[in-house]
Amino acid sequence: MSTGETRSHGNPFKANWLVRAGWLLALLYAMYAANLLDISLSRFVDGLGNGAKFLGEMVPPNFSRWKLLVDNLVETVEIAIIASAFGILISLPVGLLAARNLMPTWITWPFRIFIALCRSFHPVIFAILFVKAVGFGPLAGILTLIFASIGFIGKLFAEAIEEISLKPLEALRAAGAPFMSVIIYAVLPQVLNRFIGFSSYQLDANLRNSTMVGIVGAGGIGGTLFSAFQRFDYDFLAAILISIIALVMISEYISVQIKKVFQ
Amino acid sequence: MSTEPQQQTTSQPPRSLRVDNLVKEYVAGKPILSNISFEVSGKSSVAIIGPSGTGKSTLIRCVNKLIPPTSGDIYVSGENITRLRGAVLRRARRKIGMVFQEFNLVERLTVMENVLCGRLGYVAPWRAWLRRYPQRDIEMAFTLLESIGLIDFVHQRADSLSGGQRQRVGIARAIMQEPHVLLADEPTSSLDPKTSVEIMELLVSLTETHRIPLIINIHDVELAKRFTTRIIGIARGGIVFDGPPAELSNAHLKEIYGGENWLQ
Repeated sequence: MSTGETRSHGNPFKANWLVRAGWLLALLYAMYAANLLDISLSRFVDGLGNGAKFLGEMVPPNFSRWKLLVDNLVETVEIAIIASAFGILISLPVGLLAARNLMPTWITWPFRIFIALCRSFHPVIFAILFVKAVGFGPLAGILTLIFASIGFIGKLFAEAIEEISLKPLEALRAAGAPFMSVIIYAVLPQVLNRFIGFSSYQLDANLRNSTMVGIVGAGGIGGTLFSAFQRFDYDFLAAILISIIALVMISEYISVQIKKVFQ
Repeated sequence: MSTEPQQQTTSQPPRSLRVDNLVKEYVAGKPILSNISFEVSGKSSVAIIGPSGTGKSTLIRCVNKLIPPTSGDIYVSGENITRLRGAVLRRARRKIGMVFQEFNLVERLTVMENVLCGRLGYVAPWRAWLRRYPQRDIEMAFTLLESIGLIDFVHQRADSLSGGQRQRVGIARAIMQEPHVLLADEPTSSLDPKTSVEIMELLVSLTETHRIPLIINIHDVELAKRFTTRIIGIARGGIVFDGPPAELSNAHLKEIYGGENWLQ
């Protein structure tokens, strides 16, 4: 107004005071919580010193017990592959039965709840449960990762199926195709690429997780890692960490190659 | 023609579709289609015209029960299919071919796979999955693809085709069913005018050589008049015209579509 320009419209972007108050509240809470948990700069600086000492003891890595290392790595890979295979196999029907565009509500409900249950616990919690149920060893790890896989790719499979075009399905139903043929011809081609992507991603995730389930006794290299920690065996620990990194990088490379084949 | 269905002999009655007092209500008490009755048989091509939203698509989908009719009866070559369900309904649907406005092909499958989709109602799922179709089906598919000019595209994926080529594949898929009636739901609406004419020619000539009655939903009155032998006009849920194209006057069109300025 003061510049003399005509002003027939107000500012179209209204300030949202509620959102601003929300941000302020979040900031205040973060400061309060940091105070409560005794997080302070001096503790962080002290920690840096400890960290440097710890890192110093890790060099040079000690590969003298390479046989144990290889045995453990093989078991880790076995856990990951078996769990992925069964996880994917079970996720295929589970994902299909949980897809709301193809199935009636009374079918999708129980399967969506099942997927949600598989997702609701972190693999470590599942691993603890299965170690209690079936005892120490790789079987507990395999079961853990099967459930973790269903929770993850089961949901992704269902969502991929829910995004497909229903037009070819209509055509095949109109032609009198039985249900399984409709799935094989109209649903599968639309989701296959994405399923392969999800599956190779899950294999990757399972490899990383199978190095961890051993910490609670569910098999794989995690157990050795944990005991190396407890025995202050930091040079052997470094060797384990390096081999885990190598393993994950190799699996990354393989999954890229797999995706190339199915492009 | 060698693609001619083998079970069709002169001793059998002509293939036909009869719709008897068909009613469809999406909301109870508000019928979108009320008391539709007509019969089509033998070598005849029928166009169903009417304004958008008048229930042409609903009518055609009630025939193969993609949409369940509220009441009335549908007979395909004399068999009442109205109350069929499950596997029996699936077998009845094999006798009803359907061509779609947006082709409804499986984009990631090849032309051959899409054409063979028309046989899925006859082939066990595991055989279909392994692509082990009866040799007769494969021969039929090749002959059909030859006759519609797509023989060089057999192994191409459907998503690499043009609109007209896709609709040809859609038509071939429907003919593969050896249907007793062919329904086409706005088969030319996604195509340019030249391709539309070619598709109409193909639909009429293929259904004539295979002696399949053809029913086409179409909003283009000129195309309907040019290619079909009978026109059914639908307005406000009922049939307001049923006769040869020559008898369709401007007065009828005014009644079907409303208004008259567009007729000038």
